[in-house]
Amino acid sequence: MRFLLVEDNQNLATAVLDRLRMDGHVVDHAPDVELAEEFSATADYDLILLDIMLPDGDGRDFLKAHRNRSDETPVIVLTARSEVSDRVGVLDLGADDYITKPFDFSELEARCRAVLRRRGGSPSNEVRFGDLVFDSLSGTLTVNGQTITLRNRELRLLEVFFTSPDRIFSKAKLVDRLFAYDDDVSENAIEVYVGRLRKHLAGSQVQIATVRGLGYRLSLQ
Amino acid sequence: MTEIPASTGSIRRRLTIQLMTGAAGLAALLFLVVLNIARDLAESSQDNVLFASATAILESVSVQGDDILADIPYGALSMLGNVSDDRVFYRISAGSEVLTGYGDLPVVEKQRVDVPAFQTAPYKGEDVRIVSVSRRLSLAARVVEVTVTVAQTRTGQQRAIARMSQIAALSGAGFFLVAVILAVLTAQSSIRPLNRLAVSVSRRGPKDMRPVAGPVPSEMIPLVTSLNRFMARLKTSLARSEDFIAEAAHRVRTPLATVRTQAEVVLRRVDRDENRQSLREMIRAIDESSRAAGQLLDHAMVTFRTDHLEREDINLGDLAADLVERLTPVAELKDIHLNAQLAENTQITGDAILVQNAVRNILDNSIKYSPEDRNVWVEVGTEDGQSFVRISDQAGGFPDTITSALTERFARGANSEGTVGSGLGLTIAKEVVEAHGGHLELSNTEEGTGACVTLYFP
Repeated sequence: MRFLLVEDNQNLATAVLDRLRMDGHVVDHAPDVELAEEFSATADYDLILLDIMLPDGDGRDFLKAHRNRSDETPVIVLTARSEVSDRVGVLDLGADDYITKPFDFSELEARCRAVLRRRGGSPSNEVRFGDLVFDSLSGTLTVNGQTITLRNRELRLLEVFFTSPDRIFSKAKLVDRLFAYDDDVSENAIEVYVGRLRKHLAGSQVQIATVRGLGYRLSLQ
Repeated sequence: MTEIPASTGSIRRRLTIQLMTGAAGLAALLFLVVLNIARDLAESSQDNVLFASATAILESVSVQGDDILADIPYGALSMLGNVSDDRVFYRISAGSEVLTGYGDLPVVEKQRVDVPAFQTAPYKGEDVRIVSVSRRLSLAARVVEVTVTVAQTRTGQQRAIARMSQIAALSGAGFFLVAVILAVLTAQSSIRPLNRLAVSVSRRGPKDMRPVAGPVPSEMIPLVTSLNRFMARLKTSLARSEDFIAEAAHRVRTPLATVRTQAEVVLRRVDRDENRQSLREMIRAIDESSRAAGQLLDHAMVTFRTDHLEREDINLGDLAADLVERLTPVAELKDIHLNAQLAENTQITGDAILVQNAVRNILDNSIKYSPEDRNVWVEVGTEDGQSFVRISDQAGGFPDTITSALTERFARGANSEGTVGSGLGLTIAKEVVEAHGGHLELSNTEEGTGACVTLYFP
């Protein structure tokens, strides 16, 4: 996906860019309103992440102008201010959602997914591997012409495997991706979800293979 | 709560009483003056008749030869009888000799012969008004002074005075009554600008800090000016508090966000278990402090706003639906299903931002404390005339002894081990509900598998 990040704090922006690029997204960074206007006028983004307090203006003004141009690109506001006083304003101005700093990346991903799903997905969200068709936005998996709706953790696990098929993911890494940091989960919990996915994949050319001592990977039989 | 200042009495009452006292004094004065004039008038009219009668008698006295003749004309006494049924006495004397009439009737001493003299004196057990007139007659080469004295009892006069004083009393009372009505009206109309000011200030919303503009009487300008100055100061300090809360949030959250995101990035890159363990702990600590900061700021905002409750109509169902939609992505991360059962038309009056904050904190708690793959229910409805929002979960419930201590600041349930949270959620909800005149109820679900928090609004 293609993101535009509008954030003036350089350290935070770098970290968010790193993190999003790690998941294979294309991200442009605008540190102020002026550049943000320029970027959003020249490129099509799937999603805009917008900070409110910017050096040359208010993120809300950008949001207003953005909506007045009837630009339909979804916007998620990153707010550091008190939710109580800020919340109403940004949603009324046309933001699709907001998230309070500091945010959990999996929550940001979940919110992005929810926003995009609400806006109606496009076929470009579908990813194919072997005889599998996977739409991470709607959370559906099509195996042999049969469409299954995945539960959230199954979906996120499959998403991880789909980012790099054939790559081996350790249980520890998968725990990081699937569980919040305040959940005390053992790595065995991953086995439960791998087991569920394997049931869904039964009969397809694709399988989740156990690599002894290292982890799991998605591979063609 | 608003403190009602000690009262030094009512201006209106004081003004009314003062005006009424003045009116009473004036009425009494009016009564006395009228009474006096009436008495003078009655007296002088009796005097006139007495004088006319005495003069007529005196005119009829004549000299024939050596005798003095007095032929009292009928009219002279009947004119007295006409006035009232008072008794009439007369006496005619020549020199010291009584010619006719009541010999013991006193004669009024006179300075000069040709001037009549009047006197009031007791006679035969009654007060009588006496007049004496004299004339000099020549009789056999000497001059004799003939004096006619006429007296009349004063019953008629007294009666007239009594009637006049009754009229005077009535008109005094009438004057007083009219004056009282005018006093009350005047007091009311002079207090009216004050009342209007009080109403226009008290009808304002808590955020309405506009100066009082409307025209006021010049005496009230100093009061209104200082009120406006005070409001301007209040406005500044309110704005400063809100700015401070927003600024504090910004200053705390932005660096935390940087550290958290960098920690997540690094966690993806490192492979050594002990490093990863440290990073996870770091992220947990960041989450804990950011959540604590968030709730402290929420709490500050709640405390701040409950002092200036902004009231509007809130549809609890819509409010809950918004929150459920907003929190669904967070719940889904743990495969927690949010179930909403929202009755339509559940209206309350209150501060929407506060109510929303209270419900969000409770819902947040339920999601945070629930193990994965569970249900959380949000119910909105009406019970015994009270609107309520009920949030129940399957997270184990409150300890058997649910005490009020749980809603105290920073208290956390026994099952909160390992879950990030500062324990202010229930406190916030309780304060918000109570500020709206409702109450918070904690219980466990019927199956005993979870907690149930109900926010009741009147």
